[in-house]
Parts: sequence; structure tokens; C-alpha cells
Amino acid sequence: MLHYVIKRLGTMVLTLAFISVIVFVVIQLPPGDIVTSTLERMEASGMQASDEYVQNLRARYNLDKPLYLQYLNWIFNFVQGDLGYSYIYSKPVNELVWERLGYTLLITISAVIFTWVVAVPFGIYSAVRQYSIGDYFVTVVALVGLATPNFLLALLVMFFAWEWFGISIGGLYSMEFRDQSFSIPKLFDLLSRLWIPGSVVGMGGTAVTMRILRANLLDELNKPYVVTARAKGVKPIKLIFKYPLRIAINPFISTLGLLLPTLISGEAIVSMVLNLPTTGRMLLQALLAQDMYLAGSFLMLLAILTVVGMLISDLVLAWSDPRIRYE
Amino acid sequence: MMTDNILEIRNLGVRFQTDTGVTNALNDVNFDVPRGKVTAIVGESGSGKSVTANCIMRLLQPPGKIVSGSIQFNPSRTEPFDIVAIRDRDPRIYELHGGLISMVFQEPMTALSPVHRVGNQVSEAILCHRDVSKEGAMAEARDMLRRVGIPNIDTRIEMYPFEFSGGMRQRVVIAMALVCNPEVLICDEPTTALDVTIQAEILTLIKDLQAELSNSIIFITHDIGIVAQIADYVVVMYQGRVLEIGTVRQVLKDPLHPYTKGLLAAIPGNVPKNVRLSTIATAVGDADITTPFPLKSVGDGRLVSLP
Repeated sequence: MLHYVIKRLGTMVLTLAFISVIVFVVIQLPPGDIVTSTLERMEASGMQASDEYVQNLRARYNLDKPLYLQYLNWIFNFVQGDLGYSYIYSKPVNELVWERLGYTLLITISAVIFTWVVAVPFGIYSAVRQYSIGDYFVTVVALVGLATPNFLLALLVMFFAWEWFGISIGGLYSMEFRDQSFSIPKLFDLLSRLWIPGSVVGMGGTAVTMRILRANLLDELNKPYVVTARAKGVKPIKLIFKYPLRIAINPFISTLGLLLPTLISGEAIVSMVLNLPTTGRMLLQALLAQDMYLAGSFLMLLAILTVVGMLISDLVLAWSDPRIRYE
Repeated sequence: MMTDNILEIRNLGVRFQTDTGVTNALNDVNFDVPRGKVTAIVGESGSGKSVTANCIMRLLQPPGKIVSGSIQFNPSRTEPFDIVAIRDRDPRIYELHGGLISMVFQEPMTALSPVHRVGNQVSEAILCHRDVSKEGAMAEARDMLRRVGIPNIDTRIEMYPFEFSGGMRQRVVIAMALVCNPEVLICDEPTTALDVTIQAEILTLIKDLQAELSNSIIFITHDIGIVAQIADYVVVMYQGRVLEIGTVRQVLKDPLHPYTKGLLAAIPGNVPKNVRLSTIATAVGDADITTPFPLKSVGDGRLVSLP
């Protein structure tokens, strides 16, 4: 097991190194850089920049160096915890990203929890009672959930919350807490509102998870080992949870890490609609303005989260399925 | 008073209704399972052997449905009852499963859960039926596993089924089936998936354990050689019907039904050297084996489906 963990950690570092190169290249791909976009803004307001000024600007941002040096400079500082300087916010990136990343993670985790809490019981029900009225009902609801874009759902939820209950659900905090510093009541307020973006972001995944779990479970339900267990006298509910579900759930454990990037991109749109202070909007701004360090840091941190998520799901899978552990 | 038969199957009919049509898997099946003996059910694939076993275990899954008949069960430990008549949620079903009647399946490779330890799976059978502690159940499971011939029990009991060979897995399945000392053990082709040397070992094991525990065994197979080795009584099935019932000596030495004769003629070793082995169909020839004549008694306790 230890050997397995070390091996996985090794591949993880390699993967991240590779991703960092891609992230850097992707950010450099669009023509121009922060200096050209600054100059454009200056020209638009009728100012003329001297060549000397431009040279100074490039030197200040290290843009006069060759690309590989820029990359090495960036990644070297990055691993030391210095994420660089944001041009558009004129602040160190460190001051900008962490809180937003925290909220993104919080919403993503609540979306995953929502997905599992809803999808697992309904998936089981729909497999065990295959072709019953209940199964058809759950299937229809799941397909509607799957077909609804989550930003549309966010709009609908906002509209009806305002129409019926007279509450505004935009933002992560209620009005009275918005400007306060962090406290226990504020935490409870956050938790009580978190389920809205959580369920909106998690909706599509819930439908998919439910359908896949149903199919996996149907495959397992009549396997010989389940019949053997029934033949030795295991009662129905324990039978399903201990045997076929244990196997049917494994593909979900292994894709838990993969869920993260999908949820994060889904979250970007939803958080704009719901006005949430997460990474989505800032990442988009940073990319548009070619704010290299801000965009790069965001992409890198999200990549790290994803790779760590994959590692965690692989380890959980190895713990739950001995066949993987022993390979 | 206790009858000599632990199971009495009467007029059992099973139908499979699917989108493509209706199949009568069992038609008017009648036979007894004598207490403390080995009864073999022989027949080709699709003759209804396994369906019969699943009816006795109440494991028949939709679209299969019992449409007629009864299976009178006369255990010595509890009151007799009709297995067909009890409802799905009757607590006697769980008592039946593994407690009174156990089953050993054909595929030892897939009959065990891949993600649970062997000790866990065997001791679970005990925990389902008796009020003992987990440790107590594990100790009994260890005893049973030793009796079926698992070596290095202390390490083996902590291992997973995929770390066992096919023969070893079948021993585990047998241990799991016998750990609650059921009154009837149904073996559904337990050696078919194993290679020949392992087959012999498993057969010897089943025979030895039967001698020791004196439970009644229903042994389902299509291998007449195995029948000769292990069975006391033989039930010959074909197309969901019983064609002939008798002791193993009667049926194998002196088959009465043309189908049984054909079956025996199609076994390698039963014909002289240099004679081409016949198929069942050519050996049966023009004889009528499809008309469902009711079983009639022909003396010495023998029954045969002939006009």
C-alpha cells in the first residue's frame, strides 16, 4: 500500500509539472501581453507612450526576457508560495485568490455532497424497483435535471425565491452579515445558504450519477455472488448495501476527482448569475486582460486541486476495493 | 411423525413469460428427496434441473414464476411446511436460506464477493442464523474452513477470494453452505467449472462431509460418471419433465425410458472400443420421448414416464 501511495505521489508531481508548462503556454498564446493591452487603453484615452516608457514597462514585468526564463521565474516563485503580481488589481495575487478559491472549493464540495446524497438513494431505488412507476418517475426527473443548464436553474431558483418567499438568494451571505467580519453566526448563515449554489451546480451531475448507479447496480444485482449471499440468508436491505452496492459504487469513487473540473467550470457561470465571490468571474477577467500571474495562478491552483482530488479518489478506491490494492 | 422424505415435490410447474413468448420450464414435476441420502438430478442443459433447485430455495427470479404444485418440506428441526405456499416476506424464507437448505453453485469463480474477506463471508452465514458474537462466528467459520481442507487457515481466512484457486474457492463455498449444518444441501453442478483432478477432490469432500453430517443432498449434474460415484437415487429430467426415477443401480444398469437409454449410450466408455459413440438423439432413435406421459410405478419403487 505504501509503495502504491509513493508511486501515485510521484506521478502526481510529474503531472503537475507538465500542466504548469501547458498553463504557461496557453496564457501566452493570445497575441499581445499586458503591456500592449495597457498601451491600447492609454491610446484610447488619447495618451502617447514613449518607446522608453514601453521598454521600462516590459522590463518591470520581466517581459523582455526569453519565454523559458519567464516560465522558470514564474514556476520557481510559485512553488515557494509567491504567486506573482496582478496587473489589473495592482495587488499581489496571494491577496486575491485564496478567499475566492476557498469559496469555490466550498461550493464544489457542497455540490458533490448534494449529488451523492440525492443520487445514491434514488439510484438504488430505481435499480431495485426496475420498471416500476417510481423508477419511471425518478428517471423522468433525472432527465429533466440533466437537460436543464445550471445557469438557467440558478435564474429560476432566484426568481421563485424572490416571487414566493421574498428573499434574495444572490451572494453567499444574507444582507445583515455581508459587511461583518467572520463569526460563528456568519458561518451558520453561510452554511444555510450554501445548499442553493451547491444544488444548482450539482444538479446535472446528480442526474448522471443516478442513471449510472442504476445501470451499474442492475448489472451487479443478479451476479452469482449476490445470489450466493441471498442463499445463505442475508436479508434484502443488508444484501444490497453490503454486496452489489459496494461494487457498483466503485466507478464513482474513481471519478470523484474528475468531477472537480466539471463542477468548477459549471460553477463559473452559476456564480456570475448568483453573484458569488468565487474564482469564476475573476479568472475570466484575468484571462481577458492577459493578467498573466493572476490567470496562471488560478489555473495552476485549480489543476492542483483536481490532481489532488484524483489522488484522494484513487486512494479511497484502493481502500475500498482489494483487487486494486493488491495489483 | 416424521416421513422418510425430507422433500416431496408434487406437480411443480414453472413458467417464464418474456416479450418473446412463454416457456414452460417445468411441467408437472414430481419426485421425492429421501432423508439422509444423495439424490442426483441428471439431464441436459435446459432440462429444468437448476430451475427445480431454485424453486426449492425460493430463489426463482422473474420472469420465472411457479404456476402450480407444492414442495412439502419436512425438516426435523422445525414444523413441516410447503415451500411454494409461503409468502415472499415470510421469516421462514430466511431460515430456509442457508439455515435449513443450502446451495453450492456451479461457478466458484463468481459465487464469492470479490471485495469481502473469506472469513467474513463464511461467518456471515452463521450470523444470519444464530445469535452469536462476531468472534464466535469467526471461530466456527475457521473450524468449518479447516474441515473442508483449507490449509494455512490463519492467513487464508484473512484473504480475498481472488487470491484462491478455483478448487479452494469451491471449498470455501461448501464451507459457507455447511457452516449452519443445513438439513438439505443442493449442489448445482459444483464440479463443472473445475478441472478433472480437482473435481475428484471436491466430490470426495462432499461425500465425506455427507457421511459425517448425514444431511440430505440434491446433486445436480449432467455427468453420469459423477452420478455413479456419489448418488443413491437418480431423477432423470428432460424438457422440464421427470422421465425416470429409481436407485442409482436400477437406473444406470437397467434404464427403462428410451431417453435414459440414449443418455447412457452417449457416454464414452459405455460402448466397446472402435464403436462410434452415438449422440443422445441417434441412440433414442424413433422412440417417443416428447409425449408427457404421467409417471407410473413399475415395481421396486421405480417410476417411469411411459404409456
